[in-house]
Amino acid sequence: MRVGLMVPCYLDMFYPQVGIATLELLEKLGVQVDYPFDQTCCGQPMANSGAHTESAATEELLVRNFADHDYIVAPSGSCVHHVRNKFTAAEDTPQRRHVSSHTWDLPEFLCDVLKVEEFPWARFPHEVALHVSCSAIRGLYQQSMSERPNDPWFSKPRSLLEKVDGISIADFDRHDECCGFGGTFAVTEEAVSAAMGNDKLQHIGASGARYIVSGDMSCLMQLQGCAHRDREDFHFLHLAQVLNGDAE
Amino acid sequence: MKSVDQARNALAFLEDEAHERAFDTLIWGLRERRDAAARDVPEWEELRTLASQIKEHTLSNLGQYLEMFEVSAARNGATMHWARDAHEHNQIVYDILNSHGAKHLVKSKSMLTEECDLRPFLQRRDIEVTETDLGERIQQLDDQPPTHIVGPAFQKTPQDVAELFYRVYGSDPDRADPVYLAQVMREHTRPLILSADAGMTGANFAVAATGAIVTVTNEGNADLSGNVPRLRICSVGIEKIIPGNDELAVFIRLLTRSATGERITQYTSHFRKPRAGSEMHIVLVDNGRSARLADERFWPSLKCIRCGACMNTCPVYRRSGGLSYGGTYMGPIGIITMPAADIRRYRELPFASTINGSCSNVCPVQIDIHEQIYQWREVMDDHGQFSTTKKAAMKVAGKVLSNPTAYRAAAESGLAALRVLPHFALYMRLNAWGRHRDVPAPPNETFHRWYARTRGRAEGDQP
Repeated sequence: MRVGLMVPCYLDMFYPQVGIATLELLEKLGVQVDYPFDQTCCGQPMANSGAHTESAATEELLVRNFADHDYIVAPSGSCVHHVRNKFTAAEDTPQRRHVSSHTWDLPEFLCDVLKVEEFPWARFPHEVALHVSCSAIRGLYQQSMSERPNDPWFSKPRSLLEKVDGISIADFDRHDECCGFGGTFAVTEEAVSAAMGNDKLQHIGASGARYIVSGDMSCLMQLQGCAHRDREDFHFLHLAQVLNGDAE
Repeated sequence: MKSVDQARNALAFLEDEAHERAFDTLIWGLRERRDAAARDVPEWEELRTLASQIKEHTLSNLGQYLEMFEVSAARNGATMHWARDAHEHNQIVYDILNSHGAKHLVKSKSMLTEECDLRPFLQRRDIEVTETDLGERIQQLDDQPPTHIVGPAFQKTPQDVAELFYRVYGSDPDRADPVYLAQVMREHTRPLILSADAGMTGANFAVAATGAIVTVTNEGNADLSGNVPRLRICSVGIEKIIPGNDELAVFIRLLTRSATGERITQYTSHFRKPRAGSEMHIVLVDNGRSARLADERFWPSLKCIRCGACMNTCPVYRRSGGLSYGGTYMGPIGIITMPAADIRRYRELPFASTINGSCSNVCPVQIDIHEQIYQWREVMDDHGQFSTTKKAAMKVAGKVLSNPTAYRAAAESGLAALRVLPHFALYMRLNAWGRHRDVPAPPNETFHRWYARTRGRAEGDQP
């Protein structure tokens, strides 16, 4: 099984530790991981802004980088949602279809492909709030959504966190409301975006948890940006960092 | 006309923190009650599917059902009118009123008449129009359009209304008690209903098999407006047609639960025929609907039953207010319908969303609202509605991100990276990110460089 690691542009540039944690975690789980050197971005920044034409070349580059892999794994629900469900700017080829249908967000790959039962190297004796992104919930169906109250409850990211020694997971109000990031939205609608982020922090803060964990670093970038203004006491960690035992 | 600056309008709304908090709490409360009501119906998701299928079927055979409705309603004794657009609608209504010498019209809330701007049209022709629903009347007295399609005055607190009624009616400004305020309104409006020359309502549904106009209300003003005066006019958008009463039952179960979490409203009224000695006119209105029906991408928006659930769940709507969208319909459903009416004026609306998908999943008729918002963004580009700076920024981002060498050069210098990234290259508006948030500090090395350093890939191998 040939597994390609996709490190989205914003993780490459701002949060390399998340890429490192993902790579090390997969290796600990016995996966041989390939990192295509020419990778850049999935095209979402342009496509999500409506600039379909401008995202085509970037999407085609991604197809070239990953067409030979059986599994393409990225620690970013938002990018995987784009590649799996919105990947229409590139020329429609068998390679594009292959890449689109073989790309996995890290929690899915751990739960559904590797079926990981334990992370013996990881210990995290803290109360955490788990923020699952809108892309992961309503785009990739990694967790049942509050809008559909009759569906059976499940959560792939939470089931993974629960396997970490010492951890406790806090519940908080409006747990699956958007954090306010939304890509371009964060700057074009900065006031509303910041209000949403601050509300999210307030709900999490009320639960007592001070560690905020997510499979989407872009949400955490948004929340961290809001938090630093008046709340210094939150800590932000990607799911991969906790599962890899990076932080205790 | 100048385009609506939703973001700027939202900022003004947010600056009044007390109102913003009250609005968010009230509207989120509706979402929570909707969840509880849905939880009580084990077949909720099947009902949504069924409702969507009924709407799709009806819209696919709309011509046939409209004719069936016309025949049924005419058989009941209603007079039928067809209006191609807002102007034609307003003219028809005016002609009916004028030919009866009607000078005073009482009206129960109708988003369609808002859409057609009927009130100013009639007022310019010396016909007095009085809204009879509490929320709509409050907005009328304050000279404001509705801020929510179910509760037009949701943006006002009881204290705001107490002050407004004090100004208009001289009632007690310190009694911000909704029961008292409703009583004040009733005392002043009832005499107007009793003396009106004509009454007007919209329709929640128009039933093809029976020819009935069905309204779903709590205050009963639709019944008063419709039944008391001897002349009654109903304005109905052509997408409101449903086949029969069996289908109606599906929508009745979904509508109020989705809107406010109520299992049913006080009044579900079927208006079929004029009472003895009076007239009933029905105006079927297109106003852009058939053009939208022909649009492969955006026709599903016509399934809308105006419950407002998408607005209630929308985190952007709750923190921007209904007026910020600058149109008759606001929130997610406004984003996907208003640009069809005027693409230039509403070109920014598709960007007033994080595309989080909550709206589509509460929608009782399964409109893929967030997918349509996403597609509208593309349409804006295709129609040249991007600003030149945005277009240029997108071109640069597309060039850099599709070229490994250019991307690496940008990524490896922290400052350049900051320019490429948040928001990912859009207009380089870092100041907008930074006004309320901190910008992430660039790390010492990128993942790429770390990999090259630790996994033995020689620097020269890098693209």
